[in-house]
Amino acid sequence: MKINNLSTTRWVGLGLLLVVLVVLVLLPTITEGYLPVLVTDILKFVILTVAWVLFAAPTGYMSLATGAFYGLGFYIAAVFNGPVPFPIVIIIAGIAGFVVALLVGALTLRLRAAYFCIFTFALVLLISNVVLEVERLVTQTRGRFVETETVEAAYYAMLIIAVLTLVVAWLIRRSRHGLALQSIGEHEEAAAHSGINVTRTKVLVFAVSSIFMGMAGAIIATRRAYIDPGIAFSMNNTFLPVLMAMFGGMGNLLGPVIGAAIFTYIGELLLTRFPDLYMLIFGVVLILAILFMPNGILGLGQQIWAKLRGGRRAPA
Amino acid sequence: MTVLRDIIITGLLLGGIYALVSVGLSLQYGVARVLNISHGEFIMVGAFITYVLFTSSANIHPLISLVIAGLFTFIIGWALHSTLFRRLMDTSPSMEIFEGKSMLASFGLYYVVQNIARIIWGSENRGFVFLNRTVTGAQIPLNRLVALAVVIVIAVAFYLFLSRTRMGKAIRASTQDRTTAGLMGVNIHHVLAICFALGLGLAGIAGSLISTILAIQTSMGLSYVVIAMIVVVLGGLGSITGAMIGGLILGLVSALVTYFQPSMTMIAYYVIFIILLLVRPKGIMGR
Repeated sequence: MKINNLSTTRWVGLGLLLVVLVVLVLLPTITEGYLPVLVTDILKFVILTVAWVLFAAPTGYMSLATGAFYGLGFYIAAVFNGPVPFPIVIIIAGIAGFVVALLVGALTLRLRAAYFCIFTFALVLLISNVVLEVERLVTQTRGRFVETETVEAAYYAMLIIAVLTLVVAWLIRRSRHGLALQSIGEHEEAAAHSGINVTRTKVLVFAVSSIFMGMAGAIIATRRAYIDPGIAFSMNNTFLPVLMAMFGGMGNLLGPVIGAAIFTYIGELLLTRFPDLYMLIFGVVLILAILFMPNGILGLGQQIWAKLRGGRRAPA
Repeated sequence: MTVLRDIIITGLLLGGIYALVSVGLSLQYGVARVLNISHGEFIMVGAFITYVLFTSSANIHPLISLVIAGLFTFIIGWALHSTLFRRLMDTSPSMEIFEGKSMLASFGLYYVVQNIARIIWGSENRGFVFLNRTVTGAQIPLNRLVALAVVIVIAVAFYLFLSRTRMGKAIRASTQDRTTAGLMGVNIHHVLAICFALGLGLAGIAGSLISTILAIQTSMGLSYVVIAMIVVVLGGLGSITGAMIGGLILGLVSALVTYFQPSMTMIAYYVIFIILLLVRPKGIMGR
């Protein structure tokens, strides 16, 4: 009975997923203008949040470098898009994210979590400064004009990468590496003693998660005509995904998606008119979420749902 | 020679300010286990308190505002620790989880403080003129020398507090082993709250000093946190003496690099950071 029940939920879930996907694919043909732009932005944060959660949730290592990899991809698109075809640019951005994350991971992930956290914290500023220096010495300019893509092209690219991110995140969670990550998060020493190459696993998954951050950056960049390092490398792209993940809940993949969608939408409503207020609300919500909803809004929903059904099952 | 002298004096001053900020962060992380991203926001609060008091009709002297700013941020720190972080500590099953959660909570604080400040003071540069004349013979403005003197006084006072008083002893004991310190009769919650509050108090004082020598704006905090975090690693996580030495080193490096190429300072910090991680990750004074 119970098994039957579970598989029905699963089918309903899959069906819903399919419907959402179809709607998303058809969206630009149904409406024009603002909606696809908004959804592109939501998808961007879905990618960043899910990619961040992919590494942070099982291991407990808080990366603060999301904005750095995103900015790297962003800048790469500004340099290469036009002469190089758009899809190739996205791939280059992904590879750049991977390589830089590999270096950062190899340097810091063999040490305590605090070192990783501190090192990644200022990486945004470092890379932005390096880019600024290189531009100063090589081109003697500050910013760049970007070869733009259409709204549709950016939208579909973002949709494909978002789906890819979710699929990869799902596969990693189910794989040996996912289990290894989980055990690293629970007890690193015990994981090492049970034969897991702790450092390699961490570095690899961290680098994989950074691919998608770079790609998302490259796509967003093509929607702007002009960029400079200050625009490309922003701390907000580091902070917001963390907040969205905390708000949505990091227990599964749906939480980060919901968190990203809700906050990007609220942000869109408030950001243009009351940017300070939006960020203020964001901070308050974050603190309240950490204090009172340790499993995010999704965990809270499950708790309430379990109460309503009168079951005494602990929330998953 | 005069160039070298100016670089050293500027470096010592910057280093002193970095040391104050970093010792604050080191107390918060080393003892209270909060990796406080919002630390810099209280530097900004201290700076703006001084600015507002000086430019208001009361025209309060910055050296008096320094005490006011320090006390104000100290009280905020105390309140924050005994409500927010105390609760987080009680609900976290392990120290690692507490560290993660408290860092995220400090993210939230960062947003709250920064945006309240922006609503009140906007985001443009502010500054006021204070003792902006050079001393005979030196090209260093008087306000910088005063700031340097204040930094030295505070550093010495703080050192004496840590090494001579009962509270200082309790703090040092808790840095080494908080459980054992608790067993020896140290009121651990009290000590942790004091450490967190002292950290913010030092941030407020540093902010106050910064406002007398540089232009201030509501977004100034983050860059100081970045520097302080590097300093804290450089000195050794949790080591207070290490944070002081690290602060001075980074200040001197900053002054030296700024003299030749200002845009390279951040890169210079990171070069030091990377070499440190490769060669001696536990830091100068780390155990």
